[in-house]
Amino acid sequence: MNPLYKYTLKIADDSLIFGQRLSELCGKGPYLEEDIALTNIALDYLGQATNFYKYAAKLEGENKTEDDLAYLRKEKEYLNAQLAEYPNGDYAQIILKVYFYSVYLKFLYENLMQSSDEQLAALAEKSIKEVRYHYTHSSTWLKVFAQGNEESKNRVAEALENVWEYTGGLFDEVEGEADLEKLDLIPSSKKLHQDWKSQIEKDFATFGIEIPTSDFMQKGSRKGIHTEYFGYILCELQYMQRAYPGCTW
Amino acid sequence: MVNSKLNLIEFLSEIPDPEIPVINIVELGIVRGAKFIVEDEVEIIITPTYSACPAMYNIEEDIIMKFMELGIKANVITKISPVWTTDWITDVAREKLRAFGIVPPDKGDHEASLNKPKKCPRCNSENTKQISRFGSTLCKASYQCNDCLEPFDYFKCH
Repeated sequence: MNPLYKYTLKIADDSLIFGQRLSELCGKGPYLEEDIALTNIALDYLGQATNFYKYAAKLEGENKTEDDLAYLRKEKEYLNAQLAEYPNGDYAQIILKVYFYSVYLKFLYENLMQSSDEQLAALAEKSIKEVRYHYTHSSTWLKVFAQGNEESKNRVAEALENVWEYTGGLFDEVEGEADLEKLDLIPSSKKLHQDWKSQIEKDFATFGIEIPTSDFMQKGSRKGIHTEYFGYILCELQYMQRAYPGCTW
Repeated sequence: MVNSKLNLIEFLSEIPDPEIPVINIVELGIVRGAKFIVEDEVEIIITPTYSACPAMYNIEEDIIMKFMELGIKANVITKISPVWTTDWITDVAREKLRAFGIVPPDKGDHEASLNKPKKCPRCNSENTKQISRFGSTLCKASYQCNDCLEPFDYFKCH
């Protein structure tokens, strides 16, 4: 199988599942303006997922559409990071997840813009402006929480304890990444992880958040191995296509 | 041979943006190319504003329908690169936005634009506050005037 297809799919799957998870906040945000903010971010993710799925479908060359890839695969065929499917939790955890993901996407897209693959470079250039905005939003709130009262500080600490071990999965590789890297098609995932970690350390020092010392990371991301939460997301996400096969707007 | 004399850009300027109908798709910077391929067939290149902007589907349809009136087949091609920026919105369109009650986007530096004060489109006061970085559509942020209390949208610099 074309390794670039799998790589493009991993990016699209992250965005779709992060977007789907975040869209659960629609009508349930902590207050009206944040409800709008979080669902706007979810919509950006869905748009980016659509674009990357379209390209993945083209790379696969089996006449599939972006919808086939989003709605008609089985659980083990999704290559998203487990962080994407991890439950929203409270406002602190939602913001922390968006923050971690934004920092990752910022580095990913900045590097992909230099890809020798024109379409990947264009998609990265298109998405990065949206992602920078998400970074501004999530880092602003994270700082507010971290420098707030005991309650908000405790909640950030608790959220960090919950999700930290899932962050490593963002940088797990799909088959064939080493070859793609040699052709300057994609950035090194290891390098991305280092950049990500340095940025987190820098931001956390400013915000006054202690970075976890544990190196333990959950395994299985990018290989189709998911947390127990994932099946429920797929049930909701794929409901219409399963109940009414082939239905369109 | 009537068709080939048609000014395509002028013709496309008659299509309003579906979400902000006071401006059209040409002055919004969405139309990136237009040409006749044969006498009754055109190729129109458009570029999306935001990755997930739902108006893009309508715009594509609007273009096809508009040309259909003249019996011309429109092939609409979506091109992502070079990526759309609010810097492409014309000055005329910016004034139309302001008159409509939407503060037009700052030009240039996107990060700096976040912290610049926005002028109330109703009373021109600069004593305004940001309510949310996001708004009713992907392209807007929510503000309020501290003097006349009017809530208003800012078209984000993108």
